[in-house]
Amino acid sequence: MTTYIGTATSRVDGRDKVTGAARYAGEYGAPDLAHGSVVNSTIAKGRIRRIDAGEAMKVDGVITVLTHENRPPMADNDEAYKDDVAPGDGSPYRPLYDGSIKFNGQPVALVLAEDLETATYAASLVKVEYEEQPHITDFEKQLGKAKALPAPAKPRGDAAKAFAVSDIRHDAEYYVPVEHHNPMELFASTAVWRDGKLTVYDKTQGVQNVQRYLCGVFQARPDEIRVMSPFMGGGFGSGLRPQYQVVLAVLGARALKRSVRLVLTRQQMYMVGYRPAMVQRIQLGAKTDGALNAITHNATTITSQYEDFHRNETTWSGLLYKSETASYAHKLVRLDLPAACDMRAPSAATGVYALEAAMDELAVALQMDPLELRLKCYSDSDQHTGLPFSSKSLRECYSQAAEAFGWSRRNPEPRSMREGNDLIGWGMATGIWEALQVPITVRITLTANGHAEVACATSDIGTGTYTIMAQAAADMLGVPIDNVTVKLGDSTLPPSPVEGGSWIAASVSNGIVTTSNAIRDELLRLAETMPNSPLMGIKTADVTLSDGSVTVKKTPRSTVPIADIMRHAGVDRIAQEKATKFGKDGKHAHNTHSAIFAEVKVDEQLGVIRVTRLVSAVAAGRILNLKTARSQVMGGMIWGIGMALHEETLIDHRFGRIMNANIAEYHVPVNADVHSVEVIFVDEQDDIVNPMGIKGLGEIGIVGVPAAIANAVYHATGKRVRDLPITLDKLTRDA
Amino acid sequence: MNNFQYSRATDVADALSQIASDASAKFIAGGTNLVDLMKYDVEHPSRLIDISHLPLTKIEETTAGGLRIGALVPNSDLAWHPLVTERYPLLSSALLAGASAQLRNMASTGGNLLQRTRCLYFYDVATPCNKREPGSGCPAKEGINRINAILGTSDACIATHPSDMCVALAALDAEVHVAGPNGERTIALVDFHRLPGDTPQRDTNLDPKEIITAIELPPQGFSKHYTYLKIRDRLSYAFALVSVAAALRMDNGTTRDARLALGGVAHKPWRNPEAEAALNGQAANTDTFARAADIVLHEAKGFGRNTFKIDLARRTIIRALTQAMNGTPQSQSSKKIA
Ligand SMILES: Cc1cc2nc3c(=O)[nH]c(=O)nc-3n(C[C@H](O)[C@H](O)[C@H](O)COP(=O)(O)OP(=O)(O)OC[C@H]3O[C@@H](n4cnc5c(N)ncnc54)[C@H](O)[C@@H]3O)c2cc1C
Ligand code: SF4
Repeated sequence: MTTYIGTATSRVDGRDKVTGAARYAGEYGAPDLAHGSVVNSTIAKGRIRRIDAGEAMKVDGVITVLTHENRPPMADNDEAYKDDVAPGDGSPYRPLYDGSIKFNGQPVALVLAEDLETATYAASLVKVEYEEQPHITDFEKQLGKAKALPAPAKPRGDAAKAFAVSDIRHDAEYYVPVEHHNPMELFASTAVWRDGKLTVYDKTQGVQNVQRYLCGVFQARPDEIRVMSPFMGGGFGSGLRPQYQVVLAVLGARALKRSVRLVLTRQQMYMVGYRPAMVQRIQLGAKTDGALNAITHNATTITSQYEDFHRNETTWSGLLYKSETASYAHKLVRLDLPAACDMRAPSAATGVYALEAAMDELAVALQMDPLELRLKCYSDSDQHTGLPFSSKSLRECYSQAAEAFGWSRRNPEPRSMREGNDLIGWGMATGIWEALQVPITVRITLTANGHAEVACATSDIGTGTYTIMAQAAADMLGVPIDNVTVKLGDSTLPPSPVEGGSWIAASVSNGIVTTSNAIRDELLRLAETMPNSPLMGIKTADVTLSDGSVTVKKTPRSTVPIADIMRHAGVDRIAQEKATKFGKDGKHAHNTHSAIFAEVKVDEQLGVIRVTRLVSAVAAGRILNLKTARSQVMGGMIWGIGMALHEETLIDHRFGRIMNANIAEYHVPVNADVHSVEVIFVDEQDDIVNPMGIKGLGEIGIVGVPAAIANAVYHATGKRVRDLPITLDKLTRDA
Repeated sequence: MNNFQYSRATDVADALSQIASDASAKFIAGGTNLVDLMKYDVEHPSRLIDISHLPLTKIEETTAGGLRIGALVPNSDLAWHPLVTERYPLLSSALLAGASAQLRNMASTGGNLLQRTRCLYFYDVATPCNKREPGSGCPAKEGINRINAILGTSDACIATHPSDMCVALAALDAEVHVAGPNGERTIALVDFHRLPGDTPQRDTNLDPKEIITAIELPPQGFSKHYTYLKIRDRLSYAFALVSVAAALRMDNGTTRDARLALGGVAHKPWRNPEAEAALNGQAANTDTFARAADIVLHEAKGFGRNTFKIDLARRTIIRALTQAMNGTPQSQSSKKIA
């Protein structure tokens, strides 16, 4: 039955992507296309006093300049602007709604012109006068004003008391700066206007989310707006929520009653959501044998003044390590910035960084091998709930990655391993993420000639969803993969939530199983009246679809071609659309795990850091496609290098403005920064998490990597840098 | 980006007459810097005079035994030209330390000289900047100045010149050949770029009506004892925090002719004759190298976020001179520091 699942199948859309046949949101056209360019605020807080678009309007080819004063109507209540992923608290930002300025770089006008160059030029001529108010973007200065959130998880025992009497104590603060997603594809929307209806090509991780949102904002009927996003050039969480360009594109189209395309610039990509900056204080108390008896994890993260975005950085420790007592707290600092948002492994990339760096420091204090400490504190249950894991192969991750890395040859003494001018450091960390599933609906149409169409409104954000959907359908329906057509990224298709949280692969694959089973049942039902059929009286669970036939599992010679069944029934196709829900089993915790080992070489005099080796062993249930899975995990690991060593959004607090809003000055790793990267998938059979035993791989790749690298840097240099990114100057500074 | 006219120059004379007739016209060569600056609304040329088709693409030996490099030789062609890799490997190495292969394919020799600072404020028209708008102020001084200068700064501006190539050219005593309305002239590379003083809007001593036609290198190429060591925030494709071009003529452990130029630290490639003099005639070793570094950095001044550069520059100078002495130049493909 599994010809394709589990193999290293190449991307079914690979050819379209490399030949340019795959079209992205900003590449769609229309005969009546107008082009937009956005004017952004240059202050962080205040009001617009006056907008003078006179000069802009004089430019040949400019059609109109939309502002909050002359735009078409938009909804006037928060509910309309709350998309599926909106935080519970606060008022979602409304683009071009009124004259108030909430952050620097906020859109204040949309220039629409006959071509992009004209729109861009005219946008530079729009003059905006502001009534400026004092702003605050400096996280550190506002720490004292942080607002406490309800306890992120139930405390266990009295952690403060236990910590006070622990044999060995570690207490430190860890800092993560604001980071941006930097997907290759810019946010873009093309709103195609036809007879009062709109088809909106949008860069998004959730077409139906955007569709519902647009209908709310513009008080449109569901059939008036269709949202399409067949391909996406990277989202990493930035595309979970509708971004402002889609609102402006639709606003423009409704104002002009013609099609509008709007593509943000790279600079504007830094004026939307980001990974929140945060300070995390971790206290770990242990007995001399390494057993933890107290964990305190407090996080303070930033958000905007208007919306309270936050995730749970602090609760991962309760899943990872056994400790009798634990306490968690989360505070929020509101700043005059756009609202923070999800970014690759939100809360875990950051929370586990702090926890795993702290565990390394504890190991040093204990004079214990960091891996041994993890094993000592290994937890077989989720301590928040007391539930066991549906599966947890973290021990295997540790042992396989340690073996591949050669961890046993590590000299524990910092600065002890050398090679020429380089200090060599070896560090390790643990990774964890949730194995989530979401309700999803899949439609399958199987034709008599053995072709199948699989349809679902999910997205392929570049991870390989097209491919795994084709693999699952081909296996379940018993047809060659080339006979499977996958349709996704269209709001009119059967419902799917946004693609995020690593939940789509598990959800959609199981969804395909459900619907394929319905197809099989339907075939059996139709076959029932066939004369002399070997399928007579056979139960559905006892047959499979393979090689274009319905076959009895136990007696493979009892087989009937699907084409014969359809001919007999007088149909040329069978279509089924089924919803799949994943019941909460209530008895198990569902998580993916990883172990990461890193080698760095640090030039002793100059501080130049090279990550020369990374090994990650991942346990994530059934791996659907070894090739796309490996790419996904590698991408996360490389991002971990960036988080550890390079990434930082720089804000000048005098202007409340991001100053390195381009990928020349916002550094992500380049090829030279990436050396050996090894991914190991640990065998993990999980019959509980979902029928196919899939746990998802979207996020786990990055989790733990920054800590493993930071720990390796400490091992190399004896210098503990707790504020990311670890740039070379921090290795020589005093504090 | 503004609307602009575009015309192509047919020869140097044509280029000069076109630029003379339009005060806000600009030459465009590879466009890798100018087009970016136009996109950011920093530059608003009324006309782009395309000089990329001018016949200034030759690399020829001069009668004096040096090399003449046409202003339109792409950075990648220059880096890989046999005469350069053999006789001026320092120049080749500095070029390969810069930008990316794609950019080097487009970037021209003349354009590289005239690329503008990467100061974050210079690029953002929503902020003040004396270089962009004289008199508006310099937010970098108390702001995000990690990449800004520590030497030769002024009250008005602390920007750096970001070129790698120019650092090597400065060390090699290159000359810049230019043509203008009053004929041709030659400017020493070390005098080509200016310090910011109170006119930070002027990067160089080239007149806007002039065109760069070539770079000339003297015969001495220092092909035995040289290095270009660039320290940056990632291992490739980033501008220098500090870079050092070091070139030595050695005689039995004694330095005879030392060249030391720094990038990423000043408004121009930084050479210090005193530091070089302090090396000449001395035993080549860490002590003499450290002394030279101290002389170079004697007047260095940090502005907070970039203060670390002073110590980093010191260490980088010592390492670079050591690499040069040992004949183990920094490899630009393996990012391991030799
Ligand atoms: C992302 C990025 C990273 C980079 N990294 C580096 C790096 O690490 N190190 C480094 O050294 N450089 C780096 N660069 C800069 C690059 O080297 C320069 O942009 C390039 O050398 C400029 O050459 P060009 O021919 O494209 O110049 P253009 O952009 O065409 O012109 C630049 C200026 O020179 C003028 N000009 C050009 N030719 C002449 C001439 N013959 N006479 C008179 N005026 C002329 C133009 O009018 C213009 O003002 C980087 C650039 C980018 C975009
Ligand atoms: S350092 Fe120079 S370029 Fe930078 S802001 Fe100041 S004046 Fe402008």
